[in-house]
Amino acid sequence: MLLFVLKRLGVMLLTALCLTFVVFWLTNLEPNLEKLAKEQANARMTDEQVESWLEGHGYRRPLLLRYGEWVGGVVQGDLGTSSVFRKPVAEIVGERLGYTGWLMFWVMVVMVPSALLIGVLAGMREGSRTDRTLSTFSIASTATPEYVSGVILVVLFASSRGGLSPIFLERGTLLKGVATSATDSITFENFALPVATMALYGMGYIARMTRASMAEVMTAQYIRTARLKGVSFPSIVIRHALRNALIAPFTVIMLQFPWLLTGVVIVETLFNYKGFGWTLVQAASNNDIELLLSCSIVAVLVVLVTQLISDVGYVWLNPRIRVR
Amino acid sequence: MEPLSWGGILSGILVAFWPVWAGLAVIFAGSYAARRHLGLYGKLFSSPIGLIGLALVLFWALTALFAPQIAPFAPLEQIAALKNKVPGTPVPDSGGLYYLLGGDNLARDVFSRMVWGSQSVLIIAPAATLIAFMAGIILGLPAGYFGGRLDTALSFLANLVLAFPVILLFYLLVTPEIAREPMVSLGGLGLSLPQMMAAVLFLFPLVFVVMLLRTRFGRRPAQLAPRLGLALVVGLWAYFGLAFNADPLGVLYMDPFLLNIFVSVVFVNSPTVFRIVRGLTMDIKTRDYVSAAQTRGEGPWYIMLWEILPNARGPLIVDFCLRIGYTTILFGTLGFFGLGISPESPTWGMTINEGRRLLSVYPHAAIAPAVALMSLVLGLNLLADGLREQSLKD
Repeated sequence: MLLFVLKRLGVMLLTALCLTFVVFWLTNLEPNLEKLAKEQANARMTDEQVESWLEGHGYRRPLLLRYGEWVGGVVQGDLGTSSVFRKPVAEIVGERLGYTGWLMFWVMVVMVPSALLIGVLAGMREGSRTDRTLSTFSIASTATPEYVSGVILVVLFASSRGGLSPIFLERGTLLKGVATSATDSITFENFALPVATMALYGMGYIARMTRASMAEVMTAQYIRTARLKGVSFPSIVIRHALRNALIAPFTVIMLQFPWLLTGVVIVETLFNYKGFGWTLVQAASNNDIELLLSCSIVAVLVVLVTQLISDVGYVWLNPRIRVR
Repeated sequence: MEPLSWGGILSGILVAFWPVWAGLAVIFAGSYAARRHLGLYGKLFSSPIGLIGLALVLFWALTALFAPQIAPFAPLEQIAALKNKVPGTPVPDSGGLYYLLGGDNLARDVFSRMVWGSQSVLIIAPAATLIAFMAGIILGLPAGYFGGRLDTALSFLANLVLAFPVILLFYLLVTPEIAREPMVSLGGLGLSLPQMMAAVLFLFPLVFVVMLLRTRFGRRPAQLAPRLGLALVVGLWAYFGLAFNADPLGVLYMDPFLLNIFVSVVFVNSPTVFRIVRGLTMDIKTRDYVSAAQTRGEGPWYIMLWEILPNARGPLIVDFCLRIGYTTILFGTLGFFGLGISPESPTWGMTINEGRRLLSVYPHAAIAPAVALMSLVLGLNLLADGLREQSLKD
């Protein structure tokens, strides 16, 4: 087991190095450097001035050398300075990640239990009417990306001209369509819509996986034995089926994190919530190279760590798999 | 003229879509009559879910086809008096035309833009998915069949791409500078990064077709030569035209921005297809008919393409439907972040992005493309579900 984890860690480190190098190379492409020089010094520089500025600031040294220096800095905890926010990158990323952490926390709190419940209820009696209704709901939810469900939810709950608000209220809206104030204090009014938007898209997928796994477990021999023994149906589901049915969804939930990353970027842009995703968009659209690089390390690490946890967790939860 | 009521708007939209209803009726009547001879597609008619999905997908396909007949206005036509007007507002001096779903903040018809927007997505999403599938198949078959070092190397590369956060890749890759700036020059031809990626990715369909022909007719050179020649001429023509914009006839051409988006979407999708094909191949290669072909002395590529691939078609067809839906979502995501083709193009993602700024006051401009995108993806997912159900019954 230890060897397995170590091997996985090694591959993970190699992947991280490869990916950050690709990001480093893409952010340091010629047009980006030219833009950076013009932003930092003078927008109307001639080509020679741009060249000498880049030369003077060390951007003309070999790419591998600069990448090595950057990795060295990262290892020592020095992430550089943001050219847009004029602050150390580590400070910005840390603060924004905190905000996104809250968003993720509430999304998980809403998404995972409801998805598991839907999946178990649907998979418990395969082919029943409950199953068909819930399965169609899950398919519909996977077909609705965040930028679609977000728009629909805002119109339903946070539009003064349409949706439900004019029916129930004289003026104002039921919920807020902007979550900027949630960075100070989270309330139901300003946080319900972003959380619901993100939870909806991920929910369907987890629910479908849970349903498939539950349906498979329900056909197993030991469930039939329990039924023939006269154990009641709820007790079969809760005591016998559930434990084995939840192994597969665990992996799926873990692998959802990278998907949530795209969701975070979309939702934070849509609701103007100034977390990590919003920062990534700002860094990318303002050519803030060092901030973008650090955002990409975080993004890559999230993906790799969740992959590792899902692999290790799967082996640990499922005693039938023995790693040599 | 009076503005239309909600009932009037609905009937107006239903009437505007008449070519689609006619087309749907013809296709469904024809397919239903011939359903026993149509294989998997014919079996869909016994699955209500799959049928609803098929109807939704066909609806948008026909809308894209008949867009000039359906849309009352051109996608960029502005009528200044109708800026941000509510759905059902009559157009002055037009002889009974309405802005059925209202006007956007540049006074364009939301309904017409939604109809025009279906064209780009219904061309790009299936085409990008198809190329991603060919790349995934060409790489996944040998990885699963031979295993060993080749498999380790290809799987590592696939996992590398999969670990790359999609949104970050899009932000780094889909920028005007990268689309335009030449990176390397090859024989006097400046190649940008997307063109280099296209040079690799567009090679896979060509290799796929050539290998398919070579393995099928390898022992009959008389039949092989003309087919191979034709495939190479057409394939290389399309290859140079689309990837390098170097079509000698000047017919095939891809806008650099479009190429950039297209290549990014293919790049993101192909590793997943690779993993699926690899897994299926590893499962199927232990079957008896593969051993029989090996004993017969068939070459490995013949076995992969003509023994393993046809037997893996069920899961692949289902995944193909799902993946077109996923590609549609990706394409919309790009548009949502303003990374689309060109700022004026009426793609759904970009229209949602423009409309969302005024969402709380004028909700209609963003809702129409949002519902359109959702219904297309839902249709594809339901179709995939129906196909899966039917193919499992065999």
